[in-house]
Amino acid sequence: MLNKGWDEFEIGAMLRSFDGPTSNIATTLQEDRPYSQSNSFTASVADWRIEKPVFNKDYCIDCQFCWIYCPDMSIISRDKKMIGVDMDHCKGCGICVEVCPTNPKSLLMFQEKEDEDTVLAAWPEKEDKEK
Amino acid sequence: MAFDKMELRDIEVWDGNFAAAQALRQAQVDVVAAYPITPSTPIVEGYAKFKADGYVEGEFVMVESEHAAMSGCIGAAAAGGRVATATSSQGLALMVETLYQASGMRLPIVLNIVNRALAAPLNVNGDHSDMYLCRDSGWIQLNAFNAQEAYDLNFVAFKVSEDHDIRLPAIVNQDGFLTSHTAEGVKTLSDDDAYGFVGDYKPMNDMLDLDHPVTHGVQTEEDWHFEHKARQHNDLMVKVLPKIEEAFADFENLSGRKYNLVEKYDMDDADVVVVCMGSSVETAREVALEMREKGIKAGVLGLRVVRPFPFMEIAEALKDVKAIAALDRSSPNGAAGMLFNEIAGALINIDTKALLSGYVYGLGGRDLTKAHLTDLFTELQANVDAGKLTTKQQQFIGVRGPKLSFL
Repeated sequence: MLNKGWDEFEIGAMLRSFDGPTSNIATTLQEDRPYSQSNSFTASVADWRIEKPVFNKDYCIDCQFCWIYCPDMSIISRDKKMIGVDMDHCKGCGICVEVCPTNPKSLLMFQEKEDEDTVLAAWPEKEDKEK
Repeated sequence: MAFDKMELRDIEVWDGNFAAAQALRQAQVDVVAAYPITPSTPIVEGYAKFKADGYVEGEFVMVESEHAAMSGCIGAAAAGGRVATATSSQGLALMVETLYQASGMRLPIVLNIVNRALAAPLNVNGDHSDMYLCRDSGWIQLNAFNAQEAYDLNFVAFKVSEDHDIRLPAIVNQDGFLTSHTAEGVKTLSDDDAYGFVGDYKPMNDMLDLDHPVTHGVQTEEDWHFEHKARQHNDLMVKVLPKIEEAFADFENLSGRKYNLVEKYDMDDADVVVVCMGSSVETAREVALEMREKGIKAGVLGLRVVRPFPFMEIAEALKDVKAIAALDRSSPNGAAGMLFNEIAGALINIDTKALLSGYVYGLGGRDLTKAHLTDLFTELQANVDAGKLTTKQQQFIGVRGPKLSFL
């Protein structure tokens, strides 16, 4: 697509979301949708993230709060089970961490450069909260 | 469809504004998003009344500014409706940012501009400053010299603009007050004939086609922007004028009224020619006939299509003329006038020795009188007789104070 000439694309500042017609798209899982090459789903739009969320499944209760609150649909959940974060689209806003209700949190923000296994191994302990 | 038809007499007494409003009704425009401004207000007011009275099935959206008016039109056009609005002067100036959005998004919208001066000083009367303001905006621009043409050209505008080979918005210009508020006999089309000419709106890439989701108004940077602009310019240069001629031919078959990309009056053997736009064309035609009685072979070239500029047609029409006056009803503010420049460009590479001079006239609604034009034709003939320009290349007509001439 990038190398198309001026006479080779559809007119208008217009891009198609999918290749060909679609139906019931709202009930089709993302991985099953015929996304077009020009759809941002097929591109990484996360290169300006400086902090990343790391998911620790040991504490997750699958409450789906993060999935609901994520402003970029970057929380991957299937059959109401939290699977992880779509790092090609997550901008690192931290809202998922903020809304996570577990103790300790199942999602925490770390510097982009930090190693995931290392931070998972050093995950914080449960906090004692005043009754 | 749930609306009443209107019985029109063969000839109605309408001003340019009402003629345009009737055309919007007969085209059964789906959405008019508008903000009022003198002297264009009666066009959208007229559509609103037709809608309130059940003569049109559509939506009238009263918005908070002209910027919002065109933005509403863009949204409605992207959604897949037949869309129109009207504005003038400062309103158009506020709209300009969105004009480029509309044409770049290749959305067919018909905009009636009732031409009016641009402030400061504030002025509600007619000149072509606003028309010139958006001349590079990528819109098709048609030019009406009277109320009849304001009516007819609206139909042509819809037909060309909405064509799937074109998909570019179109402006219909008419002179503020001189045309917009002057009642004259207008030959009408029946509702069925008018709608039949324009045809049902055929959506293209519309947002309401849920089986084919699209994103409109995308961002492109250095990787794609140039290709989009090149495509738009190509289509304006290559496709639009033939499509307008096709629409003019169809319209002639329907109405008997013939339009051309450039309108030639007494041009066959003309030595001296005035090129102008708007209602001035009619005054110039009358004076040209009077000059011929005095032995001066005068002609008039009226610009029917301002954009795309009919470069080749202008060159062809003027190739045998000896002296040409380009009349610009807008202050060039530090340059030769737009018409002067465009005509000079059309003539520079052809075999002509024509003498070209530019005149700035009629700013803020100042009259262009027959006496002005008589002097002008006489001056052109003096240029012919002398074999060179006897004046500077740019002059002002009808302004008080010491004579202004430049270049």
